[in-house]
Amino acid sequence: MKEGKNIMDRIAEASKSITTGVDEKDIKNWVTIYIMGRGYRVPADLTILTAMEYAGYKFIRGCGCRQGFCGACSTVYRRKGEYKLETGMACQTRVEDGMYLVQIPFTPAEKAIYDISKEEYNINVFFKYYPELARCVSCNTCTKACPQDLEVMDYVQAALKGDFEGITEDSFDCIQCGLCAIRCPAEIVQYHIAQLGRRMYGRYDNPEPEHLEKRLKEIKKGKFDKEMDEIIHLNRKELEKLYAERKREPD
Amino acid sequence: MAEIKYIEGYPEYMRKAIDIVNKTRNKRKDYVPKSMTREEQEEVLKLHPDYAPGGKRKISIGQNKGDIAPDPVADLLEAYPLIEEGEIDIKSVDYSVDILIIGGGLAGTSAAIWANKQGIGKDKILLVNKLRHGDCNSIMAEGGTQAADRPNDSLQRHFLDSIGGGHFTNKPDVLRALVTDAPFIIHWLCELGVIIDREENGDFVEKWGGGTSVRRMHSCRDYTGLEEFRVIRDEFKNKEISCIEHFPVIELLTDGNNRVTGAVLYNLETGEYKIVESKATILATGGFGRLHIRGFPTTNHYGATADGIVLAYRAGAKLRDTDTVQYHPTGAAYPVQVIGYLLTEKLRSAGAQPVNKDGEAFVFPLEPRDVEASALIRECYVRNKGITTPTGLRGVWLDTPMIEIKNGKGYIDKAFPGMKRMFNRYDIDMCKDPVLVFPTLHYQNGGVETDPEGKTNVKGLFVAGEVSGGVHGKNRLMGNSTLDTMVFGRRAGIYSAEYVKSGRKQGKLTLEHMKKYVKMLKNAGIKKERRSPMLLPEYRGKAALARMIDVF
Repeated sequence: MKEGKNIMDRIAEASKSITTGVDEKDIKNWVTIYIMGRGYRVPADLTILTAMEYAGYKFIRGCGCRQGFCGACSTVYRRKGEYKLETGMACQTRVEDGMYLVQIPFTPAEKAIYDISKEEYNINVFFKYYPELARCVSCNTCTKACPQDLEVMDYVQAALKGDFEGITEDSFDCIQCGLCAIRCPAEIVQYHIAQLGRRMYGRYDNPEPEHLEKRLKEIKKGKFDKEMDEIIHLNRKELEKLYAERKREPD
Repeated sequence: MAEIKYIEGYPEYMRKAIDIVNKTRNKRKDYVPKSMTREEQEEVLKLHPDYAPGGKRKISIGQNKGDIAPDPVADLLEAYPLIEEGEIDIKSVDYSVDILIIGGGLAGTSAAIWANKQGIGKDKILLVNKLRHGDCNSIMAEGGTQAADRPNDSLQRHFLDSIGGGHFTNKPDVLRALVTDAPFIIHWLCELGVIIDREENGDFVEKWGGGTSVRRMHSCRDYTGLEEFRVIRDEFKNKEISCIEHFPVIELLTDGNNRVTGAVLYNLETGEYKIVESKATILATGGFGRLHIRGFPTTNHYGATADGIVLAYRAGAKLRDTDTVQYHPTGAAYPVQVIGYLLTEKLRSAGAQPVNKDGEAFVFPLEPRDVEASALIRECYVRNKGITTPTGLRGVWLDTPMIEIKNGKGYIDKAFPGMKRMFNRYDIDMCKDPVLVFPTLHYQNGGVETDPEGKTNVKGLFVAGEVSGGVHGKNRLMGNSTLDTMVFGRRAGIYSAEYVKSGRKQGKLTLEHMKKYVKMLKNAGIKKERRSPMLLPEYRGKAALARMIDVF
């Protein structure tokens, strides 16, 4: 039993830079980054997010899931000596020496209000709610800005053609961070357009399978009621027996 | 330390270890270790962080006095409020609503939509978020959502799989609600336009989950939570329901007589507080991964700091199953930038095996999560058959190239774009090479005790999602958490609306419960060293913190 505690302590020790913040004395390699213009020396193997924390920043905005899913930590940066502005998620991008960083706390983009159940499933839905879509000049800036490496311009073009499947395929991994919209010279809000397109495709081009409809009917008719009434009143022993007797569906 | 040479994302010595995995892959192709017997399970569970000695204690005050909780949870329960009595003016009300919803993940957002459908006006519902609307665990769910909708499946089976996985500690009537509503939730998602993976013939693709006896996992590639959440948030915005962000609740308000009547909000940016009065309040604040219980890394989002159970407990709510924590068996253990990140169970459903340093498949890949996690800990720290990373963490391989051997080339691109993208950022190609994994703190199994309608023992207080306790018992199955958020989000929305519509008057606003709680703390001899809720974890560098001063 004592062994168990010992093991837990060793795991905690090995994880402590992740769980309690980085300690200077554990660090061998350093880089200098510039947070909103001011230089900070930070450990080289941190992400932009954890490096800013190391430097003393406590996030209130611009930090959500910390794992690349929520789109909260959009960051714009430039490398020393270069003119090009790069974009990325702070939690998914390693720091590099000479990075000039700024985080985008909020994207002031307009989202259209609609009722998906009342829309007609055709190209007009895009122009009705996002007429600026027609302003796309195919410059591809949105694609270059996407931290998920999506073909953003391609899905904008798909929307222009009313190709709902295309917009879905090309935008499915979108985390709605807003970097495309911030960089777009035509002020298109790509990620909201994609959301509308995907929902239309999901609702109107993916009929519910028969097996689901059948199950809903069965439940409504009370097919499982009796057995469920019984099973919730079984004691532990009876449940254990039933559980052990379950046959696993073949692979 | 000498500069480490990296080859395609891995240092040389790990590369050599990968060769062993590559060499044994063919042999393992048709071999799956047997699932454990009950006795074997019980033996290995002794190594589970919940059962290993240390790291926990009895809660010393309140309605769960004497129950076991992890130390960091007990610390937050045995802590003083962030506000002092008399410091704030609760008489001037800033927002007056029918339903206050605290927490905007899948549970809170669903609750808002269903309360609105039930006839509560969009301005009479208020959704408050500690961070941005969408900075939540729901959005990071990868694997799927369970629902028994195939002909060979049944509600009883879903029930039985779940209650067995939960070691027969789940609340039966609450679990019944979960499995019965599940197919309706899938139907709701389809209506909203959520794109669920389909077979060629239009049926859902349904996969195994750990501890299930039937394939019933519905997924949206490996972005299930993202797809479900962004659609539901879009729907919420279309309904124009009131929403405030970066405004956590720091204390509930009660009428002093076991009824929640509102809350104190705090503007994280300006430091200003606001008072909300509400006829019903839904707590949907999620879990506690960021407490790093037993020193584990976590899959959870930045704000998962147990605020909900702390607020509810002070207001008199009963907790349950506070002693159990879910560790996801396969968190990333390498590279250092992604330690603790979730590697979905669906990878194992699709054929990826846990493999030790000798290239052996040592465990049935789809044991219930607590058993699987314990088996990985045993392999690394008892049998010493793990791989140690350059930062000193141990892990075993998750042999991801097996996925394409079993499902064909190109399958990972299609089914796991998120996972692949994450590793690619660090030059690791999971189609070619295995990835290193170790258990990571994932889920709060217990929480505020609920009934099938989302009600608690405190009047006017409803709960939904991870903050609640009962439905999963002491261990949750994969695919039951996204389901839980939507089933009980919906139920809490509907039943709180009914509660309001049954003619509830706004109760008076007091901090009586807080006063009582502070008295209890004092009587128990607890010093004023800790305050809660925690709101945000502390990750600032130690050198910077040591020199920080406050001048404003």
